[in-house]
Amino acid sequence: MLDNLFLLIGITLMYSTPLIFGGLGGMVSERSGVVNIGIEGMMTVGAATGVSVAYFTGNPWFGFLCAGLAGGLIALLHAIASITFKADQTISGIAINLMGSGISLFMCRLLFDGATHTPAVERKIPKLFGDTRITGVAKNLNVDLTVIFALVLAVVLWFVFYKTKWGLRIRAVGEHPAAADTLGINVALTRYVCVVISGVLAGFGGASVTLAIISQFSPTAISGQGFIALAAVIFGKWTPHGVYGACLLFGFAQALTIILGGGNFAVPSQILSMLPYVLTIIILILFVGRSVAPKASGVAYEKGAR
Amino acid sequence: MDIKKDYAVQMRAITKKFGSFTALDQVDIDIKKGSIHAILGENGAGKSTLMNVLYGLYQAEEGEIYLEGEKVNIKNPNIAISHGIGMVHQHFMLVDNFTVTQNIILGNEVVSGAGVLNMTKAHEQIKDIVKKYGLEVDPDAKIEDISVGMQQRVEILKALYRGAEVLILDEPTAVLTPQEISELIKIMHNLAKDGKTIIIITHKLKEIKESADVCTIIRRGKYIDTVTVSEVSEEDLAEMMVGHAVKLVVDKTEADPKEVIFEIKDLVVQNERKLDAVKNLNLKIRKGEIVGIAGIDGNGQKELIEAITCLTKSKSGTIKINGKEIQNTTPRNVINHKVATIHEDRQKRGLVLNFTVAENMIIENYGKEPYSKKGFLNKKAMYENAKGLIKDYDIRPDNCEGLLVRGLSGGNQQKVIIAREVTNEPDLLIAVQPTRGLDVGAIEYVHKTLIRERDKGKAILLVSFELDEVMNVSDTVAVIYDGTIVETFKQGTVDENTIGLLMAGGAADGKNS
Repeated sequence: MLDNLFLLIGITLMYSTPLIFGGLGGMVSERSGVVNIGIEGMMTVGAATGVSVAYFTGNPWFGFLCAGLAGGLIALLHAIASITFKADQTISGIAINLMGSGISLFMCRLLFDGATHTPAVERKIPKLFGDTRITGVAKNLNVDLTVIFALVLAVVLWFVFYKTKWGLRIRAVGEHPAAADTLGINVALTRYVCVVISGVLAGFGGASVTLAIISQFSPTAISGQGFIALAAVIFGKWTPHGVYGACLLFGFAQALTIILGGGNFAVPSQILSMLPYVLTIIILILFVGRSVAPKASGVAYEKGAR
Repeated sequence: MDIKKDYAVQMRAITKKFGSFTALDQVDIDIKKGSIHAILGENGAGKSTLMNVLYGLYQAEEGEIYLEGEKVNIKNPNIAISHGIGMVHQHFMLVDNFTVTQNIILGNEVVSGAGVLNMTKAHEQIKDIVKKYGLEVDPDAKIEDISVGMQQRVEILKALYRGAEVLILDEPTAVLTPQEISELIKIMHNLAKDGKTIIIITHKLKEIKESADVCTIIRRGKYIDTVTVSEVSEEDLAEMMVGHAVKLVVDKTEADPKEVIFEIKDLVVQNERKLDAVKNLNLKIRKGEIVGIAGIDGNGQKELIEAITCLTKSKSGTIKINGKEIQNTTPRNVINHKVATIHEDRQKRGLVLNFTVAENMIIENYGKEPYSKKGFLNKKAMYENAKGLIKDYDIRPDNCEGLLVRGLSGGNQQKVIIAREVTNEPDLLIAVQPTRGLDVGAIEYVHKTLIRERDKGKAILLVSFELDEVMNVSDTVAVIYDGTIVETFKQGTVDENTIGLLMAGGAADGKNS
């Protein structure tokens, strides 16, 4: 029984991790006033890049880093479109999503002789207690190191957002850019930085799927996690701790899918697989109207327009 | 005038263009240190633009700025702030869900170590300034929870915290109650006594007389004159501002009210947050009378008007026109019961900006003959109608019936709405903030029209946040506070101070309840 419980916790943490990276990324961007629905696309690019780099270099950490870079690069496009050119942020985000999966597949075919799957990497990201065979209760809690990173990231972001001047400025830019502007805060630069960070984090999220959970990239490696992460941003009320908690809940739903699918219960797997998505919809229905988004989120800032 | 050291600000030959439009044309201004200097002009005259140039929000194409005799190049607000210039904008630049302290320190934070906020120290610094100038505020309150007057103090504190020696106040009294205005003037004098230079941008003559030492008048982007305030009258100032003589007080005869035609009983309306915004409100309007609702924005006026026009639901109570209940029906039904409304936001509710003037003028009657027959529009009749109204209401430019309303000036847009609503021959005409953003000439026109319609025997409901307007135009003044009409006065039986107190939630006898 205790074993099962720890198994559930372990799997929950494992599945939450990509969501946490993606969700925190979305939060950083929206807090600065740019809606980033392109998280899914950025995660996909990160997932493909991470695994490809890790395959050729044999170093999963290098792959993880490059996944962040790739995500950040794609996010830069979103930033240019929505900040400099004041494009509709939703449209730009959709374009990023379509482009993300396209580029990833294209890259995969180019690098691996037309295959839609990358080969499996030999070295995944190590686990908390190393690769040694651990037995007993701790076995199920021997989580990937990315799980720890995600937790540290949430704590760091919380500190930055609420205890430092940078956080105060980002929040001001997302709530009332004109006010920030009159106080000499560079609105465009702040938003650029936040959007790019959001892409880097989404890239990490993608890589934490392909370099820690599974060990290869396929077109379905990222299937909606980016959107679930966005739901978690709303459910988590745009706060680092809230997003972290919300992602755990969604991760738990995925974990349930695994545990319940494991034999004794006669729940069809198709129904179980729906669980995380159904939960997302239900939470969105219940909470979208109630939580208050950063006021300037989704609105391009124009000097002089008030 | 020469460039001198005892002048806080001197601007020379400032020219600022927006595209082909020249907002400022070779404007000069000299502002003495430690004085309260008013800049007077109509809407769009360029007075805010001039100050935005000084504050670095806009870059002038030509011209020079001197601070205490030194030439400076102010490329952005940061530079202005570092030169000791602070600005309080007309629309407050405050983050609603931040605390007072957070708003004050934003961009200039008190930190210990690498960017970590030191709120204890920030509190102390703010307390010192608060004490020095008597600007009482609660540093831990959230902006969304404090009054507009308080918010303005936060704005002033923001500037002082940054070491402002020159403080620009853009239309500082637009949103204040009379009491708050006199407190603000007191604060301004305190600051000036301490050697600070205050610049107020305004089009309110009374306040210039009450507060300023010197006044510079700007008209259509051009410098007109600089006068010593004590040596001129309000009428002189108005004439310089507009370019011709204007009447400041509306001409009107005694009202001759007839029977009650419109009646609200125990009306309760909820706002978007499902809280009661209008609470058991009662109001009667008789034919041939203008009832003005005086109150500070946010005391239920918006919800009241939306309930009358059926844009929102009433929770309980009745609204009757000509004896028939209209609450919780449809806007169309309200119009059919001869209620016409000049909405507050003309660009959002009054007009379809991308429709022509002619189309906008029949937007309530498009289904009726002669404007349409069997579902087909009759363009000729539409244009005939528009041409007549354009002539009657002097809407400019001439022959604008085929132009998009978007291209008209604010005053002319408002005239389009008034023309449309008045020609519908309503029994009740509702005018919400009908002169918002209009210049003196257009305001005079709107007021005259309202009085003319009253004299024709119509009932008129005027809602305005400008107490002067309510006092000037109405026959009966109803004060709204916290969703109810707290007191009703016949015009002439009450002074502004009593009403101001009631608007702020005080009792009529002068005590705060």
